[in-house]
Amino acid sequence: MSSTVPATSSYWKRNQQRLAPWLFLAPGMIMFSIYVIIPIFESIWISFYDWDGLGAKTWIGMANYVELLDDEAFYTSLKNNILWLVLYLLAVPAGLAVALFLNQTVAGIRLYKSLFFFPFVISQVVVGLIFTWFYAPDFGLLSALIKAVSGENIAILADERYVTLGIIAAGLWPQIAYCMILYLTGLNNINPEQVEAARMDGAKGWSLLWNIVLPQLGPATFIAIVVTVIGALRSFDLVSIMTDGGPYGSSRVLSFYMYEQALSEYGYRMGYGAAIAVVLFMIMMVFITLFIVRMLMQERNA
Amino acid sequence: MNSFKAALALGYALTVSTAFAGELVINSDQSDPAPKKAMETLLEGFKAANPDVTVKWNNFDHEGYKSAIRNFLTADAPDVVSWYSGNRMAPFVKAGLFEDVTDLWTENKLDDQLKSAVKSMEIDGKKWGIPYSYYQWGIYYRKDIFEKEGITPPKNWAELIAACEKIKAAGMTPFAIGTKALWPTGGWFDYLDLRVNGYEFHMDLTAGKVPYTDPKVKAVFEKWAELVKPGYFLENHAAIDWQDAIPQFVQGKAPMYLMGNFAVAAMVDGGLKADQIGFLQFPEITAGIPMAEDAPTESFHIPSGAKNKEDARKFLAYLATPEAQTKMNEVLGQLPVNNQSAKSNDPFLKAGFEMLANAYALAQFYDRDAPAEMAKVGMEGFQQFMVKPDNVDTILERLEKARGRIYK
Repeated sequence: MSSTVPATSSYWKRNQQRLAPWLFLAPGMIMFSIYVIIPIFESIWISFYDWDGLGAKTWIGMANYVELLDDEAFYTSLKNNILWLVLYLLAVPAGLAVALFLNQTVAGIRLYKSLFFFPFVISQVVVGLIFTWFYAPDFGLLSALIKAVSGENIAILADERYVTLGIIAAGLWPQIAYCMILYLTGLNNINPEQVEAARMDGAKGWSLLWNIVLPQLGPATFIAIVVTVIGALRSFDLVSIMTDGGPYGSSRVLSFYMYEQALSEYGYRMGYGAAIAVVLFMIMMVFITLFIVRMLMQERNA
Repeated sequence: MNSFKAALALGYALTVSTAFAGELVINSDQSDPAPKKAMETLLEGFKAANPDVTVKWNNFDHEGYKSAIRNFLTADAPDVVSWYSGNRMAPFVKAGLFEDVTDLWTENKLDDQLKSAVKSMEIDGKKWGIPYSYYQWGIYYRKDIFEKEGITPPKNWAELIAACEKIKAAGMTPFAIGTKALWPTGGWFDYLDLRVNGYEFHMDLTAGKVPYTDPKVKAVFEKWAELVKPGYFLENHAAIDWQDAIPQFVQGKAPMYLMGNFAVAAMVDGGLKADQIGFLQFPEITAGIPMAEDAPTESFHIPSGAKNKEDARKFLAYLATPEAQTKMNEVLGQLPVNNQSAKSNDPFLKAGFEMLANAYALAQFYDRDAPAEMAKVGMEGFQQFMVKPDNVDTILERLEKARGRIYK
């Protein structure tokens, strides 16, 4: 078939179909590269320098990374990050449990649902403050409780054995609410006919949940795990509000340590902070890759 | 993570900056009520003396200022900034961001009048700002409780330990302290080191010339352990800030507090009468070592990128006068640096003035004498020591490693 486009038509008319999507994508792509892609490479670049943010940069190659390998505080942060990752994932089954519990028709269920969802609405800073008072020695509710039971006064946020666990517990409160909401929407989309059929075949209780309901909640579980992993890795606000990394740095996580080194009052080691950021990025990359691979596989199967 | 502060600073840079001829832009962090009022007093006085200069004052939040100053000094410098002396200003001086104001000192004969602060304003033999206020550190104690328990204010280490024993036996904790923000531990280290080893050693240590594994440093921690191990500090100090320890002092659960003079206001707010509070100089430890004190000094500086340096110099010259310093410090409740200023009637300031006037030398405070990075690692170590005194060797090795890296 010969071309129907008249020779006089403009370049735009001839290429409209091809160009239009790029034009629509352009604003987003420009923003994304300025605020995400380019900074990633800049961070990697800065991590090879010794720089205080004011004076001249000095190229020191891998020295920042070599120092990291011998840095006690880095290992503390790394260990705490892993603890965060593992324990934070408890929010997923806990959120599912709450969702299953709330997925019934009783008078006032909407009110209960909103009450359970409440902690996710308030800011992390407020959550941190509430839990700090909750844990506070001498007048906090929890320490009063512990004292009444065991007779001992434990300052959770001042004890290196409990401090990270205490902060994670504070973080779980809103995170469980978040997972709960994801599961509640998932439960709305459950196919009632399948449940009916399973019931007729005699499935109930655990086997009904495990074989019929959970597989249908797959997408919700996937999203819940993704947001929880991301939440665990950027657990900065709570650490900063509740302990400022203390006591003596034992509740640091990587994102907080990076902030401390690069941007806090006592820091301004941009290169070293960037090196920590790169390590954190590598850890995130593992998860990001897993998620992307999974999504691609699903798309192919679909 | 720091985007909030950065955004504030950026927002500031976009909106506030542009100065007009004859306009003096001052950035400072006097966000608390007393410093704010003191600054207003100072500005009024300056305007009265220089009616042709319009002053534009940008007052910052105290904590946000510490990161904002780095942005505005490089991006769009005001004409005058508040900052701290000692090693805290060294990064800005080394990066060429502060103006050398030695000429102001010589013209106005300030070496004499601001004598006690000369050392802390000097880097490379030049002066980089004008100090206007400082305050003493020392042990604040409950006079009424001391009288009731029959304790006389301790003059040396043995007496201090004896007083602690008596207080502990009476069911109280001798010392109030809150170390969540780390810096209160610095006050303890400073005083113990100044009293055990003396001013010169302390300055060498904070300047990175002495290893932290030196037996003399170890000796400081041995003295400290004599207070930590028997439980002479509030038990959960790592969980609380210095203000949170004030109620314990007010309620008489911990009748001594090593603090800066600013703590008196909080104690009085907490319900104590001024005659219930006593002040004592940190007792002698090694006999014969001249007594040096901690007295953090506050100062104003001219950024090298300032547009109106002429008026900025006028402002600093005014700030250095005894009249301006008297008025300002009356409001601040602190001591004027200019030794020709009028004396205050406040009993604590009087005591502080006498102590500092007779002091052998003045240290600025651990986190101003040592570079910021070292201060952070150091004070974290001090806090750990106050929780786990048996780890002293591991802690000192860690500090030594940090010293090796930081003072290259």
